[in-house]
Amino acid sequence: MKLSSGTVRLIIPAASLVLLLAAVFYMQPRAMSYTGLNLLFNLAVPIALATIAQMLIMSVNDLDLSMGTFVSFCACVTATFLQTSPVLGILILLGAIAAYAVIGVVIHIRDLPSIVVTLGMSFVWGGLAVLILPSPGGNAPVWARWVMTAKPPLVPVAIVASILIAAVTHYIVMRSSFGVLMRGVGGNDRSVERAGWSVIGIRAATYALAGFFAILAGIALVGLTTSADANIALRYTLLSIAGVILGGGQFVGGKVSPIGAVIGALTLTLAGSFLSFMRISPDWQIGAQGAILIVVLALRLALNRLEKREKSQ
Amino acid sequence: MTIRTMLAASVAVACLCGPALADTSSKKIALSNNYAGNSWRQAMLTSWDKITKEAVSKGVVAAADPFTTAENQATEQAAQIQNMILQGYDAIVINAASPTALNGAIKEACDAGITVVSFDGIVTEPCAWRIAVDFKKMGESQVDYLAKKLPKGGNLLEIRGLAGVSVDDEIHAGIAAGVAKNPQFKVVGSVNGDWAQDVAQRAVAGILPSLPEVAAVVTQGGDGYGAAQAFAAAKRSTPTIVMGNREDELVWWKQQKDKDGYETMSVSIAPGVSTLAFWVAQQILDGKEVKKDLVVPFLSIDQASLEDSLKNTQKGGVANVEYSLEDAQKVIDAK
Repeated sequence: MKLSSGTVRLIIPAASLVLLLAAVFYMQPRAMSYTGLNLLFNLAVPIALATIAQMLIMSVNDLDLSMGTFVSFCACVTATFLQTSPVLGILILLGAIAAYAVIGVVIHIRDLPSIVVTLGMSFVWGGLAVLILPSPGGNAPVWARWVMTAKPPLVPVAIVASILIAAVTHYIVMRSSFGVLMRGVGGNDRSVERAGWSVIGIRAATYALAGFFAILAGIALVGLTTSADANIALRYTLLSIAGVILGGGQFVGGKVSPIGAVIGALTLTLAGSFLSFMRISPDWQIGAQGAILIVVLALRLALNRLEKREKSQ
Repeated sequence: MTIRTMLAASVAVACLCGPALADTSSKKIALSNNYAGNSWRQAMLTSWDKITKEAVSKGVVAAADPFTTAENQATEQAAQIQNMILQGYDAIVINAASPTALNGAIKEACDAGITVVSFDGIVTEPCAWRIAVDFKKMGESQVDYLAKKLPKGGNLLEIRGLAGVSVDDEIHAGIAAGVAKNPQFKVVGSVNGDWAQDVAQRAVAGILPSLPEVAAVVTQGGDGYGAAQAFAAAKRSTPTIVMGNREDELVWWKQQKDKDGYETMSVSIAPGVSTLAFWVAQQILDGKEVKKDLVVPFLSIDQASLEDSLKNTQKGGVANVEYSLEDAQKVIDAK
């Protein structure tokens, strides 16, 4: 049986996740339980959603450096407006999705580098978040809290949510015709255009969809923490990019994998716990986290080379 | 020391940890800390190490491990707390990155039957204990001291901390209350010193030319030395500057005192409050009834105790006290 290149690209992230999980179970057998798994992975759910959002942006060859501040902003809206006056909250979040679509259009029409535009936007989102919540506070909407602390039978909610996110986005990105067009823009936007499609529309829709998933990330985060502050998710910018790359995605060419992205997010979260269980001093932890990333990426490069050699034969 | 006093001392020690030894010797306590990047936090971790190592070797508790997150982020500290739940600690002592964003993780810990004690950076989750500093009183005490030292009153320059942080608001409220109580004082200028000497020096140097004669400077800690430098650079007479227990501030104070009998006071929180939190957690595990909100006294240094405090303060550090089980019991019993 010949494996497709997509499957091959998924092997490394999946294998590293399993390996890390085995190591964590070995060190901390307590984690091998319903609550244990939930505690290990529940903070990975918002990261997975943010990673999916980042992956969508990356599928059209762009990069979103405002992901962390945008998720923080959404978390602040969720903990305040969405909880006290849901209609206004939903309007604000719809406005945020529209803003994302506009960003996509501006980047396309003016042919601007997305890094610069989103970096600028990160200050806008950060400022808005501080305006909404000048000091930490707010309350999680009851339903968000309920979803994130639900106790489904057999499988903890963190795992159920991860699988659901992976399945839904896999369908959107890999199976639907919109997904094909989106990846097509990343691969070769001129040919998509020549085929009669509106690239500007596709890009706007992609950005809007990314905004939607980032909003879900903010809501999920507030559901876990019960309240928000303006800096709550700043790390998500880099975590989401690392998650996409770790999961087999690439910066250009529309080569992305939703399942891989979710696995990447889980792996990153697990790596943090792993290092904490190892009792590695905090001075070394960032370095060690980086080392894990480099090892996985090196493995992937080696596999890519192998793949290429097979093709040329 | 005679044998009798030695005996008496050992009896006293035995009484102290006797009941604790029986109940908490198998318990494990963890410290969850969000930041280690300044002298205060370093002193806090050193104090924790010193006191808890002794407690562990005496068998008061089984373990007392400190953890610091690699980045000062609430999400990372939430993950750290969840990991501690998995590691099976009986109590978690927290200096929190955010008063509210950890509440979810802390609730998980409480639900797992873990005692959570927060200090310095406290949390609002009702199931956790809080050891807070009365920052308002700390601000008020500065003006009270000045009222005694300068009965005629005069102009005050206020150096505030980091804008938007609750501690800054509270100390400021205390100073405002003190000034309201002592109307002979008037705040003529206010700058943000961000609790750092260099920022304070720049800010004070910037506002000085526009100020009338300043009788005293009220501060929040970590900014007194910078203020003194700014006054010296502007060639203005040195007012009474309230210090904040940092080593450089105390050294400067000592120099001035030796030169011309300069008088002031110094006030801040002792980083050793981490050890107080440790003992409070131990007492709770021991089954003692402890109310959820405790107030820790701040550490102030006056003219007489300056030399002693300076001797015990490390270079580049902060004046510190470490708490004993007895001190903790006193704080717990205080009404």
